[in-house]
Amino acid sequence: MTMTPEHTAAGTIEAGTIDWTTDYDVLDAEFVANPYPFFDDLRQQCPVPHSNRWGGSWMPTTYADVSAVAHDIGHFSSQEVGVIPTQVDGDDPFPAGLPPISSDPPEHTWARRLLLPWFSHHRVEYYETVTRDLCRRLIQGFVEDGRADAAVDYAQQIPVRIIAQILGVPLGMADDFTGWVRDVLEFAHEKERQARGRDHIVAFFVNALEERRLDPKDDLISELLHTEVEGAPVPDGHVLGIAALTLIAGVDTTWSGIGSALWHLATHAEDRRRLVAEPELMPFAIEELLRAYSPVTMARIVTEDVEFAGCPMHAGDKVLLSFPAANRDPSVFPDADKVIIDRQQNRHVAFGVGIHRCAGSNLARMELRVAVEEWLARIPEFELEEGGEVTWAGGQVRGPRSIPVVF
Amino acid sequence: MKVRIDTDKCQGHSRCYSLVPEFFSVDDYGTSSVAGDGTVPDSLLSRVRLAVSNCPEFAIVVVEE
Repeated sequence: MTMTPEHTAAGTIEAGTIDWTTDYDVLDAEFVANPYPFFDDLRQQCPVPHSNRWGGSWMPTTYADVSAVAHDIGHFSSQEVGVIPTQVDGDDPFPAGLPPISSDPPEHTWARRLLLPWFSHHRVEYYETVTRDLCRRLIQGFVEDGRADAAVDYAQQIPVRIIAQILGVPLGMADDFTGWVRDVLEFAHEKERQARGRDHIVAFFVNALEERRLDPKDDLISELLHTEVEGAPVPDGHVLGIAALTLIAGVDTTWSGIGSALWHLATHAEDRRRLVAEPELMPFAIEELLRAYSPVTMARIVTEDVEFAGCPMHAGDKVLLSFPAANRDPSVFPDADKVIIDRQQNRHVAFGVGIHRCAGSNLARMELRVAVEEWLARIPEFELEEGGEVTWAGGQVRGPRSIPVVF
Repeated sequence: MKVRIDTDKCQGHSRCYSLVPEFFSVDDYGTSSVAGDGTVPDSLLSRVRLAVSNCPEFAIVVVEE
């Protein structure tokens, strides 16, 4: 880590010239491609660094500190969970935010209870059959070609179609949904592009709400419109926010998890072959891949001045919850930087920890497991294509955006 | 061995249910519960111990070893 006094514009410094303890950049290309050495250095040198980039934030890097912030909902509010600040001109298109992810109790409590049954084990079992059929059809589409992009042709295609079914929206719009969600999350640092994605999502769901109000169906939006909380209908702003959250949080995240898992298996033949030979290891492998390549980083806002881990945090400061950093903490996970495909003790926090545990974690786990199972069943031997370029996206959600493989 | 779920801590990660579905149940809101009075059958001892050590919320309380 070296110091350079010459840094002015956010995101323009070349990797290796930044002092990460005072000036980390979550969108730095080298960090996005492989953040783990950065976390390891920070944990040793400055476990809770601060940076002024991207609106400014603190970034705890130990498991204990990430977990402590996530559990201390009094000092660390969810009113703003974006890693990159959202810039809105005029009225906020989501007047109620995106409940429950952007809520604190008591709103969080009732909003979350509305959502959770849609992702219960019972419901997820039903979607497992649908997911398996979808994975098989996708693989059928390229298996004879001898090559594919495991991210674009496969991982990216799966979660969006399952979420569309839960929301009761047309599967034919899957590519539109994917584009909008990428605009909002992956391109959050490009103000106009993020606004475009957000506007599309709002317009789509405002229209969907009107349709369901007149013609209720068996889907999440219809149920929310016809549910009462403490004797009053759920406000429209909340229905809009919950529906939009389900789309935004249910697509990029899981697709990134599936992509990272396939990237690992493409680049680690011994793990891949062991998993093919010993399919009973799959539940452990899935948890280990979630730990090692956790896609999601969240944020919290400090509610009142507080000293945390020796750092003077002020009301209004942002704190990043880097689950990827927590899950590589060697004081909790022996050989933290090694993927141990049958790791037994694995208290990872890939889905967060505390009251905001990912509401869709049962669904995400199922999709990840089924996607890997079906891929390995048809394509047990595969590797990165020579000369092909693996690309990564980062920030709020980290995962591969292109994984050219041959088989 | 006897265990119970600290329902104030349990957040519905479902790690226990995934590891030992014969012993742990999860309701539609994600809250876990144990079978019977929480006494672990000998045949499930090692897997229940594994569940204890995988809960991200430290919500499975060992009442008796």
